[in-house]
Amino acid sequence: MSAKQTGHSPRKQKLISRRVNRLSPSGIRKFFDLLASMEEVISLGVGEPDYATPWHISEAAVQSLEKGYTMYTSNSGIPELRQETSRYLKETYGVDYEPFGEILITVGVSEALDLSMRAIINPGDEVIMPDPHYVAYDSCVILAGGEPVMVPTSQENNFEVNAADIEAKISEKTKAILIGYPANPTGAVMSRDKLLAIADVAKRHHLLVISDEIYARLVYGVEHTCFASLPGVRDNTILLGGFSKAYAMTGWRVGYAAAPRDIITAMTKIHQYTIMSAPTMAQVAAIEALKSGEPSVQEMVEDYNRRRMIIVKGLRDIGLTCFEPRGAFYAFPCITSTGLTSEEFSEQLLLEEKVAVVPGSAFGDYGEGYVRCCYATSLADIEEALSRMKRFVHKYRK
Amino acid sequence: MLKDVLKVLENDARTTTKQIATMTGTSAAEVTKLIKQAEKDRIILKYKTVVNWDRVEDEQVWALIEVKVTPEPEAGFDSIAERVSQFHQVRSVYLASGTYDLLMVVVGKSEHIIADFVSENLAHIEGVQGTVTHFVLKRYKDDGEILEGGEGVKRQPVIL
Repeated sequence: MSAKQTGHSPRKQKLISRRVNRLSPSGIRKFFDLLASMEEVISLGVGEPDYATPWHISEAAVQSLEKGYTMYTSNSGIPELRQETSRYLKETYGVDYEPFGEILITVGVSEALDLSMRAIINPGDEVIMPDPHYVAYDSCVILAGGEPVMVPTSQENNFEVNAADIEAKISEKTKAILIGYPANPTGAVMSRDKLLAIADVAKRHHLLVISDEIYARLVYGVEHTCFASLPGVRDNTILLGGFSKAYAMTGWRVGYAAAPRDIITAMTKIHQYTIMSAPTMAQVAAIEALKSGEPSVQEMVEDYNRRRMIIVKGLRDIGLTCFEPRGAFYAFPCITSTGLTSEEFSEQLLLEEKVAVVPGSAFGDYGEGYVRCCYATSLADIEEALSRMKRFVHKYRK
Repeated sequence: MLKDVLKVLENDARTTTKQIATMTGTSAAEVTKLIKQAEKDRIILKYKTVVNWDRVEDEQVWALIEVKVTPEPEAGFDSIAERVSQFHQVRSVYLASGTYDLLMVVVGKSEHIIADFVSENLAHIEGVQGTVTHFVLKRYKDDGEILEGGEGVKRQPVIL
């Protein structure tokens, strides 16, 4: 989403802060309002797992309620959850974070992202990020008083962001680089080499790197590289992670930030004044997820992969170019062959064929010409959506 | 590769070979070959449908029957287990640890018919020492499927 001036009425402009006025309502929201008014729509729109949380995880939360764990936790999160998170990060990616001082449990990665920005940004500071990108990235920077700076990425480069392109955007105001791979909306992953090049740029220019790794576990046929695990970057990296995607826990609202002590201390200050602590029962569930959720994660990843193969082939068979997404649960086909903009495509597809996808333009200017299709939905729905899209694309194709 | 194919089929036997080929990144011919072989090797036994008969208003009674058995010198429990497995009313037969030996799942049109099966067929088999019949009052989950209320929760529209 590009943040544009949207306030028109004089009252709104006066009453609402300039920063908030700058934000446009998410481009996705509009479609879901339209969607909500329609029936029998197949939605490839919502970016969340179609599984319920594995029951043993939910059960842990139920038991915690029965035992009366209904109070605040420590601001930083339940000590055991921080310890488990520390152990998990060490075992999975070989990164060391001290559970008491370098890990903060947050209300999803969403809060952790917001805290990161507010903790580091002074008015006018610039944060460089790839375009297209997750809808909250630029908004969080703006809300914190900073300026988002876009680095275009493209299908030709598999939507990986180039270190040289980042470097070209660095100014004396640049404070940080914000990346999120595997990526929403593209499904792109970053190779270790490309991340190393970014690490090098960050080091040379003394920039912080905020790495949103919420989709880290959802990779297919490739290994995820944790940015903080690269040599020499740990001291200038904020690692964001969570439970929503890997463990199908979106509604629980629990995630974490891991970073050097001074940064976590700063983030904790904001967190304690605005949030107090992440939901207690969700934290208990997260402990269970880290302790025994691994088999469920692997089962779900295998299942997403099967659907990924079907949707990518299906989109290509329709005649749309679609680069191979190796992460998350999105396919990001190019729809320019229809002669429609991504918004027109999404709106017409919804009205004519009752299939909901999200226009790529909602994720930045360089998302124009693409639509995001989430394949975390039943195989039957994917197949039906594909056959409807085929009819639609063939009707419009030039 | 065979495991990948089996996992797909176990969850949905109607998945086409073409779909399975796409999912597993192989050719339809290869999938067909694997399935044929698995059928031959009795890895794949049958393709069935999980039916919730309670919704068809078709009277059906289920019973779990514990059977205590005297094991045979050579064959142990196998020959009796195989013998009771032959009855068409018998849906499952398991050898179990604990106070009894065989656990059977029996399905019939009425309690009366199941009672007849126990007294006339089962009790007469040599080696059967005793039986305990539990009639099923309600099925909640079968073959891994929750029978009622399993439609799931509807997603709310959200921005993400």
